[in-house]
Amino acid sequence: MQLGTYELMIDNTVRFYTGHLGIHQEGYWEEKILDNSFEGGNQVPVTNENITVMVPRLTSFALSSFGDRTRGVMVNGIDPERESVLTALDKKIVKGRYLTDRGSLIAEGLASYLKLQVGDTLVMISQGYHGVNAAGKFPVVGIVKFPVPELNQQSVYLTLDEARSFYGAEGLLTSYSILLDDPSVTRQVQKEVEKQLAGTGLRVMDWKTMMPELVQSIELDYYGGLIMIYILYAVIAFGIFGTFIMMTKERTYEFGILVSIGMKKRKIQAMVAIEVFLLSLFGVLLGVVASFPLNLYFYLNPIRLTGNLAEAYEKFGFEPVMPFSMDPVIYYDQGLVILFIALVLGVYPMLSIMRLNSVKALKE
Amino acid sequence: MSMPVIETIKLKKVYNPDKIPVVAIDSVDLTIEQGEFTAIVGPSGCGKTTLLNLIGGLDVPTEGSVKVADTQIGQLREAQLTDFRLKHIGFVFQSYNLIPVLTARENVEFIMLLQNSDKKEREGRSAELMEKMGMKEAMDRRPAELSGGQQQRVAVARALASRPKFILADEPTANLDSKSTESLLDIMSRMNQEENATFIFSTHDHRVIDKARRVITLEDGKITSDERR
Ligand SMILES: Nc1ncnc2c1ncn2[C@@H]1O[C@H](COP(=O)(O)OP(=O)(O)OP(=O)(O)O)[C@@H](O)[C@H]1O
Ligand SMILES: [Mg+2]
Repeated sequence: MQLGTYELMIDNTVRFYTGHLGIHQEGYWEEKILDNSFEGGNQVPVTNENITVMVPRLTSFALSSFGDRTRGVMVNGIDPERESVLTALDKKIVKGRYLTDRGSLIAEGLASYLKLQVGDTLVMISQGYHGVNAAGKFPVVGIVKFPVPELNQQSVYLTLDEARSFYGAEGLLTSYSILLDDPSVTRQVQKEVEKQLAGTGLRVMDWKTMMPELVQSIELDYYGGLIMIYILYAVIAFGIFGTFIMMTKERTYEFGILVSIGMKKRKIQAMVAIEVFLLSLFGVLLGVVASFPLNLYFYLNPIRLTGNLAEAYEKFGFEPVMPFSMDPVIYYDQGLVILFIALVLGVYPMLSIMRLNSVKALKE
Repeated sequence: MSMPVIETIKLKKVYNPDKIPVVAIDSVDLTIEQGEFTAIVGPSGCGKTTLLNLIGGLDVPTEGSVKVADTQIGQLREAQLTDFRLKHIGFVFQSYNLIPVLTARENVEFIMLLQNSDKKEREGRSAELMEKMGMKEAMDRRPAELSGGQQQRVAVARALASRPKFILADEPTANLDSKSTESLLDIMSRMNQEENATFIFSTHDHRVIDKARRVITLEDGKITSDERR
C-alpha cells in the first residue's frame, strides 16, 4: 500500500522534473548556465528500445515584465509535442491553448502577478549564449497551472526554436529528459546510454542522482512508516500476549481440575485453541469495526499538513494533506497480520497446557 | 467382599530431592478394599494430600508402587493415566471445583461426556444422582447460585457419575459449616452403602473422623495407626 504510493509519487515527480534519465553537457548539473549547453539538433543522440520518449529542453533564466511589473522567471524552450508526453503540459492549460509554433505559455501564478491575460504580450530580457544580450516579445497563448508553487510562480514555456533565437543559442540544448516504459530497467538503460555517449562530453544521470531530496524523503518516510508499523505490531503483540498469559494463568487451576478428573490435555488444548481462534477473530473484527468510523472521518476530512512538511509536499507537487485510504485491502491485510500474530502467540497457552503439572495447578 | 482396590508397596515421596529434601511419604504399605469408608488423618504437613495424590496418579512416587485393581499405575504414560483416572477414580476437592458455566446437572454429565456415554445414560444417571444428593430442585442452577455444601454435593455426584473403583476426597469438608459437613457426610456414607462406593478422604475434622469406619493416622509421612471400627 505504502509502496504503491511511493511508486506513484516517484512517477509523478520524475515525470515532472527530470525524467528517469537526463542527458546534459558535462558540468551543466553543477553550474546550470547556458554556456554549459550542448549541440543537439532535434535528432536523438541515443537509441534504446526501453525509451518511451526523449524530450529536448533549453532552459535558462530571464527577467519578465508586463505593464509596470517584473519578475525573474525560468524559461523553458520545449518541443510541445514530446513535452506533452512526458509532463502532460497540455493537460495543465487553464486558459487559452497549448503551444504550437509561436508565442508563450505562462504559469498561472506568474500571470496573475503580472496581471496578464491570454492575448497580452510578455516582454523578457536576459543574457544569452556567450553573454549576448537577449530581448524578446512573446504573445501569451495559454496559461498553465501547477500545484507546485515554485513552478506556478515562475514558469514560462516557449518553443525550442523561439527560445534558441531569444538566447542566441542556435542548435543548442541544456538537457534531454528520457522517459522509460519500465522504471525498473533505469540502471541498465543508463549503462547502455553511457556507452553510446562516450567521447561526446555528454553525461547521463538517473533521477536518484538528480533528485537526492526525493530519494531521501521517500526513504525517510518509508522507513519511518515501517518502523512505526513494527512498533505498532509489537505493542499489539504484547497486548495479545498479555491477554493470553492472563487467560492461561487465571485458568491454570481450572485446567488442573480438568486434568485430574480425567480430561486429556489434548482435549483441553483443542478447546483452548478454539477459544484462542475465536477470540483473535473476534478481536480483529472488533478492531476493524471500531476503526472504521475514525478512518472514515479522516478520509472525508484529511489532515492538512503545515510547516516544513507541507513545504516538502508542495515541493514535490502534492497537495499538503495526509491522505487516508478506505481501501478494504488495508483492513484485510492488517487484519490478517494481527490474526497471524495472535495465532502464533496462541502457541503459548498450548505449551503451558502441555507442561501443566496438575498437582501444582491445584495448589494455585 | 474383601478385594483390594488399592495396594501401595513401600511408597515414598521426596520433594526437592536435590535441594533440601522433604520426605512427605515414607515407606507406606497400604491396602484399601472395595467398599471401604476410610479417613486419613494427622497433623498438618503429615503427608495426607501427598498420599492421596500418589494413589490418584496425580503425582509420581519417588520409590515404591501403587496398584489400582490390577493395574500398576506407575507404568502408564501420561495420557493413559489421565484416561485411567477418568474411568476408575473419582475426585472431590476441598474447593468444589465445579465448572462455573455449567449447571449442577451438566457438571455431572460432563465427566460422562468425556467418557463418551450416550445421552440417555447421561441424563438418567445425572438425574438419579441429583435426586440422591437431595439436589433435585437445584440441579439446573449454576455453581455460583449454590451454597458451598450444595456445590460439594454436586462434586460428589460428579465423582460418582462414572461408577469409579474409588473416590478420593482431600479435605472435602474443610470449607463447610458443621451442618453442611454433616449432610455431606451422611450422603457420602449413604452412597458408600447404596452404590457400594469406596471412599478415601483426608480430614482434620473430628466429626468427620467419627463417621469413618477405618481411620489411618499419618505422622511425618508414616502410618502410625490404622484402626477399623
Ligand atoms: N510441592 C512441594 N514441594 C516441596 N514440599 C512439599 C510440596 N508439597 C508438599 N510438601 C511438603 O510435604 C509435606 C507433606 O505435605 P502435604 O501437603 O501432603 O501435607 P498435608 O498432610 O496434606 O497437610 P495439610 O493438612 O496442611 O493439608 C509437608 O512438609 C509439605 O511442606
Ligand atoms: Mg493437604
